[in-house]
Amino acid sequence: MEGNVVLTMRGICMTFPGVKALDHVDFTLRKGEIHALMGENGAGKSTLIKCLTGINDFEAGEIHVDGIQGTVKNHSTLDAQNVGISTVYQEVNLCPNLSVAENLYIGREPMTPFHTIDRKAMMRKAAELTQRLDIKVDVAQNLENYSLAIQQMIAIARAVDMDCKVLILDEPTSSLDDSEVEKLFKLMTMLRSKGVGIVFVTHFLEQVYAVCDRITVLRNGTLVGEYPIADLPRVKLVAAMMGKDFDDLADIKPEGSQDFSNASMVIEAKGLSHKGTIKPFDLNIRKGEVIGLTGLLGSGRTELARAIYGADKSQTGTLRVKDQEVKINQPIDAMNLGMGLLPDDRKAEGIIGDLSVRENIILAMQAKRGMFRQISRAQQEKIADEYIRLLQIKTATRETPIKQLSGGNQQKAILGRWLATDPDFLILDEPTRGIDIGTKTEIQKLILKLAGEGKSIMFISSEIEEMLRTCNRMAVLRDGAKVGEIDGDLSQERVMAAIAGGASE
Amino acid sequence: MTKKKITQHPLFLPLVCVLLVLAVNVIYDISQGNGIFNFFITTIENGVLQGRLITILNRGSEVAILAIGMTLVVSASAGTDISVGSVMSLCASFCCMLVAGYGVSAVSSPEEFSMPLIVGILGALLMGCLCGAFNGTLVAYLNIQPMVATLILWSAARAIGLLLCNNLIVYVRVPEYGIFGGYIGFLPTPILIAAVCILAVSLVLKKTAMGMYIQSVGINKKASRIAGLNSRRIIFICYLLCGLCAGIAGLVNSSRITSADSNNIGLNMELDAILAVALGGNSLGGGKFNLAGSIIGAYTIQAITTTMYNLGISSAVTPVFKAVVVIVIVAIQAPPVRIWFQKLRAQNHKEVARV
Repeated sequence: MEGNVVLTMRGICMTFPGVKALDHVDFTLRKGEIHALMGENGAGKSTLIKCLTGINDFEAGEIHVDGIQGTVKNHSTLDAQNVGISTVYQEVNLCPNLSVAENLYIGREPMTPFHTIDRKAMMRKAAELTQRLDIKVDVAQNLENYSLAIQQMIAIARAVDMDCKVLILDEPTSSLDDSEVEKLFKLMTMLRSKGVGIVFVTHFLEQVYAVCDRITVLRNGTLVGEYPIADLPRVKLVAAMMGKDFDDLADIKPEGSQDFSNASMVIEAKGLSHKGTIKPFDLNIRKGEVIGLTGLLGSGRTELARAIYGADKSQTGTLRVKDQEVKINQPIDAMNLGMGLLPDDRKAEGIIGDLSVRENIILAMQAKRGMFRQISRAQQEKIADEYIRLLQIKTATRETPIKQLSGGNQQKAILGRWLATDPDFLILDEPTRGIDIGTKTEIQKLILKLAGEGKSIMFISSEIEEMLRTCNRMAVLRDGAKVGEIDGDLSQERVMAAIAGGASE
Repeated sequence: MTKKKITQHPLFLPLVCVLLVLAVNVIYDISQGNGIFNFFITTIENGVLQGRLITILNRGSEVAILAIGMTLVVSASAGTDISVGSVMSLCASFCCMLVAGYGVSAVSSPEEFSMPLIVGILGALLMGCLCGAFNGTLVAYLNIQPMVATLILWSAARAIGLLLCNNLIVYVRVPEYGIFGGYIGFLPTPILIAAVCILAVSLVLKKTAMGMYIQSVGINKKASRIAGLNSRRIIFICYLLCGLCAGIAGLVNSSRITSADSNNIGLNMELDAILAVALGGNSLGGGKFNLAGSIIGAYTIQAITTTMYNLGISSAVTPVFKAVVVIVIVAIQAPPVRIWFQKLRAQNHKEVARV
């Protein structure tokens, strides 16, 4: 093994029922580098990492870790930790109701001579550790008091303190805002300088170019190549991931701004609010419009949408749908008025994990029809097949439990669930989060196509570029209130200024 | 895709378990010099079906009926309804109280009835629904943990029954009342009642979307709500049905002894019902369920008990043997053991290939 290499994976193969997930994949990680693992959904990134951390049992190939004789085969994450491989996932796997210090030392608490936990030592060591990594927290506070970014850093600190040589960060930035990402990157560069090898999985191209030294690209379970960052500019990276030239996204929106002032009104919200999450707001949406909600994380984007849909019941104001005053108490009421909501938290509010792709797709349609008017099995299969084909959902069969699909394909299935109900007004909350570029473009195109068919879309996304590409109008939110609207000439500068509270309106 | 193997069918293990228990009987019969099929011999004596198999089906009826409701409750709410045994007793007491009149300890002819029998029966079923609705309200609308919510009626229902009966064991010694625990023609009525309940619920599950609704809510309550399901109402309905099942089981049990013995009817039966669900290969963590599995589980429990009697083991030590059998059955179905079996089989295949 070369002197500065900490981890090599050679010829890793792994098969899932019906799918070859990894086909002779190689991966090399050096000391003190941040190495991006890139690929579209289902390319095999997560599978490769799971092989490394012992969650998946790979069939062929070998893994070498620096300082360990012979090959390494982990059978659990604990095995992986013992050879110095730690993982921090997108969802923080810590205990929110325990203190920061307890989270740092859970399972390996410092002990007193009487075999009880030495709390003083634990606090002291935790404080030292966080200070050394420049994480500003009070280690006695409960973890839940801190933002997701801090929680993620605590998870990293825990991993680092366990003498890890290889740190895997699986989509750590998906739910962080820009300043939080900045903090995380600072921590990552600091660890790099200490000689830790970092594997960074992300969908954000900018972030790859901001911190990484090297990129390994996977496609359909095979290795495309390993490149130093300087040799692989963005366009080439995207081409490598997709296996084709980058479909220029800027062109998907029809030229010129459309005039909707004559279109009929679909949603008229006046003074809707939900206590504690969104202050009273007015919002009108016309037929065929794509309206974007923009603002920082936690500005009330999601909450505004949920108040209209009845996911969080609005306590004040009035709502008119297609010129009828309506009362929405729960989501089914909104659905019966022709609405649909693709929630931002796919795992918690989107998928029904153990049910099949078929059942997940027809669920909302069945709910609209009512329990006693069951959609026949043949009809269910027809509908499921239709959307699997239309949205190109990659699944072994339509009866596969949805939790076995990759994130992007789960998202497509949930999108299929709503399309099947043929909504007039569809709310898409972060539909492209954690999804690869190719699928993102597809979803954006789909939004424009639906709008062209006369459906109204509310589109929420953290990526301003993608909203600029699709929206006719944007509502801006700040601190739980709607603070303005931008229409006509949408530009990144105007939107940014509005989000930040500038005077461009 | 490879064709699904029979061993991967969700009902495979529950069926193997029940067959194992039956096999013990057969082996015992052979060792005693009886016929191999002695166990399965079913005769008509005194105009009714007799035989050990019939005994199992007959005696297992109450647990089978309870298991239906319990399966739904477990699936939708990832919790168990531990009040069903007590609710059985309450329903039985209420029925007998209505029929005999408050404070009357025994009636022996229909002329002494204070109310027609049908009122008593409907009253008992209504009482079951009421108890189920109470549990359902606590769990679904007040978000109380199922175990805690149903603990209330677990401790109170039996006592309420005693109050209703003025602390007496009320006897309704008329043949009409005994029919639910007795025979219709040559067939034991409990078997018939259990069959009707199972059929009715299976039909509802097949012909409506209820099964998918319940599983969906059990797997992800929040996502189900966003997709338009009324998660709370679905959980409520499951508890309601569970209460109704307890009412039916209570009637059958009370009818067997033509009386309402508040202290003994349905005693500890909630545990058998929960065990039936688990033996049927269902996760007590909610979500996906298999009703047929639970039913098989219910009869497995009865088969174990009947086998114990058959082997001449005294009823005092029966629970010990029952426990051992249950441990074995549950262990066979545990995921680590399954994986171990699979690996063993894969190894055998390899060796066969090598030879």
